[in-house]
Amino acid sequence: MPQWETLGESAVLLRWGQTLDAALNATVHAAASALRRAALPGIEDIAPAYASLLLRFDLDVWSARGTRDAFGTLHEAVDPLLAATSAGATLPSRELCVPVCYGGEHGPDLAEVARRAKLSQQALIALHCAPLYRVAMLGFAPGFPYLLGLDAALQMPRRAQPRVSVPAGSVAIGGAQTGIYPGALPGGWHLLGRTPWRLFDAAREPACLLQPGDGVRFTSISAEEFSASARDRP
Amino acid sequence: MSIEVLHPGLLSTVQDLGRCGHAALGVGRSGALDADALRLANALLGNAATLAGLEITLQGPTLRFNARAGFALCGADFSARLDGHPVNAWSALQAQAGSVLELGRASSGCRAWLALTGGIDLPPVLGSRSTDLNAGLGPLPRALRRGDVLPLGAHASTPQAPSARWSLNPRPWFAVAEHEPLRLLQGRDHAGLDQASMAALCNSEFRVATASNRVGVRLEGPALRLMQALECVSEGCVPGVVQLPPGGQPIVLLGEHPVSGGYPRIAHLAAVDLPRLAQARPGSALRFTLSDLDTATRALLARQHARADLESRIHSRLAAT
Repeated sequence: MPQWETLGESAVLLRWGQTLDAALNATVHAAASALRRAALPGIEDIAPAYASLLLRFDLDVWSARGTRDAFGTLHEAVDPLLAATSAGATLPSRELCVPVCYGGEHGPDLAEVARRAKLSQQALIALHCAPLYRVAMLGFAPGFPYLLGLDAALQMPRRAQPRVSVPAGSVAIGGAQTGIYPGALPGGWHLLGRTPWRLFDAAREPACLLQPGDGVRFTSISAEEFSASARDRP
Repeated sequence: MSIEVLHPGLLSTVQDLGRCGHAALGVGRSGALDADALRLANALLGNAATLAGLEITLQGPTLRFNARAGFALCGADFSARLDGHPVNAWSALQAQAGSVLELGRASSGCRAWLALTGGIDLPPVLGSRSTDLNAGLGPLPRALRRGDVLPLGAHASTPQAPSARWSLNPRPWFAVAEHEPLRLLQGRDHAGLDQASMAALCNSEFRVATASNRVGVRLEGPALRLMQALECVSEGCVPGVVQLPPGGQPIVLLGEHPVSGGYPRIAHLAAVDLPRLAQARPGSALRFTLSDLDTATRALLARQHARADLESRIHSRLAAT
């Protein structure tokens, strides 16, 4: 069971650990789905992170539900839900295949990363496309997915000089993670390629293509396919 | 029905009670930094609490009404003038078509909230009309500019002109002049501060850095140090979290903070004091004191209940006139 840490008067962090770890993260997503399914009243946000889950709640609702304090009452409601979370429910319920045009103008750091990893560009692309990644969490900016599962051969420190603006759709690696910039944002990760997908669009339903806990694979597409797909997208 | 921006002021944004429920997608709440003040301004006009108004910062905007409409201003005093005549804050006022509302500089404090009858009727984005400057979200994802025309919603209640025959006592809703220290709750990493830093947090004066914004208040003061550097993975944040970046100058998160962060968390500002922090001007001095969760929760509930009670009394009074 997770540790409970109060975050002010009306939020709590349930914490299973403090590392980037696929198994820990799977537990977080299993707990998040159990809590979403239970639809407890007065729960305003259920936000998974790498190894913890943020719950924001309506203090008025939870302090009025029992004679005990809000955290005690919430604890009593949440614990049985977590206990009932089956240990097997750790696999992503969805798997999405994200097209990426690697290298060239879309992936200006591909050659340098290949050199540092002592790989050919083709081998690097194959290594980046091989794993089934997991959307560990969304953060930094609306719809920015932090993906766990990067091959150890591709793990390297971030760029010494972050870019002021990275184009929307850029697929990048940083440390042990890979991610996709949903909009033009400052960025310190290495840019390997770019997807024509629009990851986040507040006017679209759903606004965010990737949901926390989703499985993600990358597939390599040509520059022509990228242009055609970028033209056709809604 | 609309208002036109003749002068945008220093930083005026459209805000409501915020974009709740999307933290899992990396979308923060934003919203009025003092929700009570916006709610009371809306209540004075008979507006629903969820309607959007303007949040005004340090130097207010000049606005022209394109139709007759009510307005109410709660928060810091911006020396408001309607067609050149001084008008009271914390009360319901009436502007005629063509009237110009001119807000000056905040004489004390930092922010105020302007409600308008019918609210600012831009199409909500993910359930809210709030501007999130940091994330570039909202129906108007930027601060006001000269020439902007903001539509007002139809007003459901009576077209009877609200009047300034009565007004709210700004206290305790606007308590910036009080020099009471702001209350902190211990955060996860409070115990990791070295002894001198732990003492300094509550015994020293901190200044509000000019780099402060709606994301957070950056504090300048004695550098705070942890006994051991901490490796933190990114975790969910809420307003009031006091983060300690490696430089040793803490940041208190406000409503526009990113949904997650990886800095050590030495404290949380008691939520009941967040509106006071939202009034802290760049360069002003702040002091902190340690409180505890029970006390802070009781104080917050008391404030929420007092505000709800005041809203319902305003509602009855409007219904009776």
